[in-house]
Amino acid sequence: MNKISAGQDLFLRSLKRHRLFVLIARILILVLFLLLWEVCADTGIIDSFIFSSPTRICACFWEMVLDRSIFLHIWVTLYETIVSFLLVTLVSILVAVLLWCSRRLSEILEPYLVVLNSLPKSALAPLLIVWLGATPTTIIVAGMSVALFGSIMNLYTSFTTVDQEKIKLIYTLHGNRRHALTKVVLPGSIPSIISNMKVNIGLCLVGVVIGEFLAARNGLGYLIIYSSQVFKMNWLLMSIVLLCIMAMVLYTVIGLLEKLYKHRI
Amino acid sequence: MKPILELKNISYSYHTPEGETQALSDITFSLAPGEFTAVVGPSGCGKSTLLSLIAGLMKPESGEILLNGEPLTENSSRIGYMLQHDHLFEWRTVYRNVVLGPEINGSLNEETRQKAEEMLKQYGLAQFASSKPSELSGGMRQRAALIRTLLLDPELLLLDEPFSALDYQTRLNVSDDIGQIIRDSGKTALLVTHDLSEAVSLADHIIILSERPARVSDIMPVTFSLENDTPLGRRNAPEFKNYFNRIWKELNHHE
Repeated sequence: MNKISAGQDLFLRSLKRHRLFVLIARILILVLFLLLWEVCADTGIIDSFIFSSPTRICACFWEMVLDRSIFLHIWVTLYETIVSFLLVTLVSILVAVLLWCSRRLSEILEPYLVVLNSLPKSALAPLLIVWLGATPTTIIVAGMSVALFGSIMNLYTSFTTVDQEKIKLIYTLHGNRRHALTKVVLPGSIPSIISNMKVNIGLCLVGVVIGEFLAARNGLGYLIIYSSQVFKMNWLLMSIVLLCIMAMVLYTVIGLLEKLYKHRI
Repeated sequence: MKPILELKNISYSYHTPEGETQALSDITFSLAPGEFTAVVGPSGCGKSTLLSLIAGLMKPESGEILLNGEPLTENSSRIGYMLQHDHLFEWRTVYRNVVLGPEINGSLNEETRQKAEEMLKQYGLAQFASSKPSELSGGMRQRAALIRTLLLDPELLLLDEPFSALDYQTRLNVSDDIGQIIRDSGKTALLVTHDLSEAVSLADHIIILSERPARVSDIMPVTFSLENDTPLGRRNAPEFKNYFNRIWKELNHHE
């Protein structure tokens, strides 16, 4: 180990202090919020029937853990989200490659992609139910529809903005367009593919929950709609909290994937 | 001696909806095997276009390019092309960047691997074989790019201002270094540059192009009476500034 100079030591310490402060502040906000909520609900400042409270949510969760019903709901939503996410990733890469291969095709299809991307996807969900029935397939397709078109456009843009000189290099080494794709465009676009995945996982979850609102018998989206109709606010808020946690976990997993990739090269 | 490359009355124009820009007009010259030729001209006169045509990346609108007496086939593997920037891929190690050529044409085998390793060793990059390109200095990167080009064993080497992205000091060292490597390899080279002193220090002939549309305004043979004819030796020789001034005049007398 090299000896650290006094200035460097001071800098490192202040950096550490800064990080600790941020961490404590983050935790404190959550704890204070929960505490305030709990106290207000218990003392009757807010109506606990409508606003529920952290302890009631926990109790409700524990109850559903004991009768195992919560696991089904979580699993269904998670499964549908992951399947639609994987399909979106695969299909959007394939379509973006196709568009990259034929500039003419991409020019022809551009206005359609723009329209499909700006269309509010929740408008499609009732249509999907009529076409595909109230099945998990519908929900997976609903999840895909939210993310797919934007994802195709983002990937295509990142494919076409690859340094043209790098592609020229491939030609100077006597390669063809296929080599340009496999040696330059795809490997060079991995960072944008990953950041695209980070956006997509969230969007797929949105689409799946919308789908579950309309066409499900299981899943957290179903639980939210059902509990709002029968005024079980504990269930409703618990489902929202679970969705928050799920979104965070899924995002973290992709973040880890990114770290793994960065570490490898 | 039979020329390795002949250009006959080459013309080329760029087309946009706004109109047409003629880049090259009636270019004729030839290169003898083993010669080092430099092309100089005002910036934007179409020097890079010329190299892209010779490399077969674009087709001339009129005229003929002959390689070893035969019409140029598209993208001939006998031609190596070094671009302005090294374009080493950050997602590959130095070694895997260097073997990109054989990897593309499907000749990556024990023999080419060994050759790549030998060349890395020869040019002082052996210990960086598994490093990322970003860990190399500008000069080392340019050398890695040269190995990548030479590994395909081209007869004719096209160099498109390969030193222009380097800072001045590195540039002097690298251009001398790489010029020497190319000379020792006995390959025919065509260097495009806007740096007159680089042209004089490296070339046997200098082709001077006019403003756009570029024509050949002069082809100047460069000979130094040096015992040890190195780029650095040339820079210090008394003839150096004579050549420099002659080219300078030639470039500016049309204005």
